[in-house]
Amino acid sequence: MADKVIDARVSFCPGPLMELIAAMKSNPVGTTIEILSTDKGSAKDIPEWLKKVGQEFVGVEERDGYWSIVAKKIK
Amino acid sequence: MAKHVVIVGGGVAGTIIANLLARGLKEELSKAEVVITMISKDDKHVYQPGFLYVLFDKMRPDELVRDQKSLLSPSIIFHHDTVVGIDPKACEVHTEKGKKFKYDYLVVTTGSRPMPELIPGLKEHGNMFYTLESAIELREKLRKFEKGRIAISMGVPHKCPVAPFEVTFMLDDYFNKKGIRDKVEIMYTYPIGRIHSLEPVAQWGVPEFERRGIKYETLFNMEKVEATKDGIVVHSAEGSSVECDLLITIPPHRGAQAIMDSGISNDGWIPTNRHSLKYEGYENVYVAGDTTNLPISKAGSTAHFESDVVADNLIAEIKEGHPARDYDGKVMCFIETGFDKGTYIHFNYTTPPSPMPPSKMIHWLKLGYNRMYWLTARGVL
Ligand SMILES: Cc1cc2nc3c(=O)[nH]c(=O)nc-3n(C[C@H](O)[C@H](O)[C@H](O)COP(=O)(O)OP(=O)(O)OC[C@H]3O[C@@H](n4cnc5c(N)ncnc54)[C@H](O)[C@@H]3O)c2cc1C
Repeated sequence: MADKVIDARVSFCPGPLMELIAAMKSNPVGTTIEILSTDKGSAKDIPEWLKKVGQEFVGVEERDGYWSIVAKKIK
Repeated sequence: MAKHVVIVGGGVAGTIIANLLARGLKEELSKAEVVITMISKDDKHVYQPGFLYVLFDKMRPDELVRDQKSLLSPSIIFHHDTVVGIDPKACEVHTEKGKKFKYDYLVVTTGSRPMPELIPGLKEHGNMFYTLESAIELREKLRKFEKGRIAISMGVPHKCPVAPFEVTFMLDDYFNKKGIRDKVEIMYTYPIGRIHSLEPVAQWGVPEFERRGIKYETLFNMEKVEATKDGIVVHSAEGSSVECDLLITIPPHRGAQAIMDSGISNDGWIPTNRHSLKYEGYENVYVAGDTTNLPISKAGSTAHFESDVVADNLIAEIKEGHPARDYDGKVMCFIETGFDKGTYIHFNYTTPPSPMPPSKMIHWLKLGYNRMYWLTARGVL
């Protein structure tokens, strides 16, 4: 279970990525953050973004019509 | 008892809806069974797509402005005032001038606002073109620009999804025509992992950027802008930075302050049903244009297509007691690919866009539309 779940399923691209950026800033190191998104682009963008900023990409899973993307703040 | 329709906002959506209602409810209006009131904070109506043409000296600023009242059917009551609060439970809106308007039906079309102040330093050191004044200011800077690096940095969300490409391509043509393109470097940054939010448009754009020698960085979210002795530095949340001599930006947008202050949402977008275009949970409140939270482009064409649906549905509700049809997410945008060619995209909730090869014909169509917009606002076209 993630420490924090952000339901970005109603927000439009690039909303989910923006929500994650905000959550990365406001949560302490060690927090796992799960983002729910109906936007397919996020499933690709979020891992790329995590790589660019050097934060951990835990995993992505396609569920019933949406994606769950989990990240961890490591620094 | 007369039915009161209150429209908040006199931009693209508000004006089209008001005029379509005036036509569709002509009889009801003449018998005073229906009263239509518009409240708008501006008494001038500005054709915003024209800002790009002002920027490159292709249109004069006064061509873009009309008196709001001159665009409205005479049967519409116009108040030049700013709404400061919306109370959907009590069915009333409150204005800056201290007035209270009760409604049977409310239509919210308050648009979106570019907010450079959301990023430290952006307002002070960046130049935008999303208002008439800022476009004129940037035009003067471009006139004097002879060599160096121009960064074009986008914040999201913003209205007119194709403007980042248009301004970039036009800038390339502008310096080519001046014969100094080899002295000007153009660097484009975009917040997500590709150069445009619409994937097919991004794919089409990459070879076009490469052909024109436009550099780019994706996953670049502006965090802070500083002036140094050598120029301007844009820092990203990702840790990278871009140095430039001139920063052109489309800042992140928010909806109207009144929507935030009324507790409807934190960012000013109204939770809107994607098909009925009603404010979720309120049967008598319609929303159209940039201020919806719908996952589609914030564009004049979106506002126009939504307005057709909202007006039809309101007319049907008032005359027959139920709405007439659903909105299908239709959007259509011209894309200027420089000074003499253009293309277009159209899409809806289920069909993605697919840009056509640019042509002179589409560019002329866009120039034609720039003059015909006033007919759209009057609900004629
Ligand atoms: C540079 C630029 C280029 C563009 N190019 C294109 C293009 O090529 N194609 C395209 O389709 N779209 C384009 N657009 C986007 C288009 O202009 C907008 O999407 C469109 O105007 C949205 O319509 P709207 O009615 O939602 O909002 P607006 O037209 O912005 O109108 C909002 C209205 O609400 C009023 N208002 C706001 N707050 C309040 C309040 N609290 N109380 C009362 N009144 C209020 C304002 O005064 C205004 O009258 C462009 C925009 C820009 C800036």
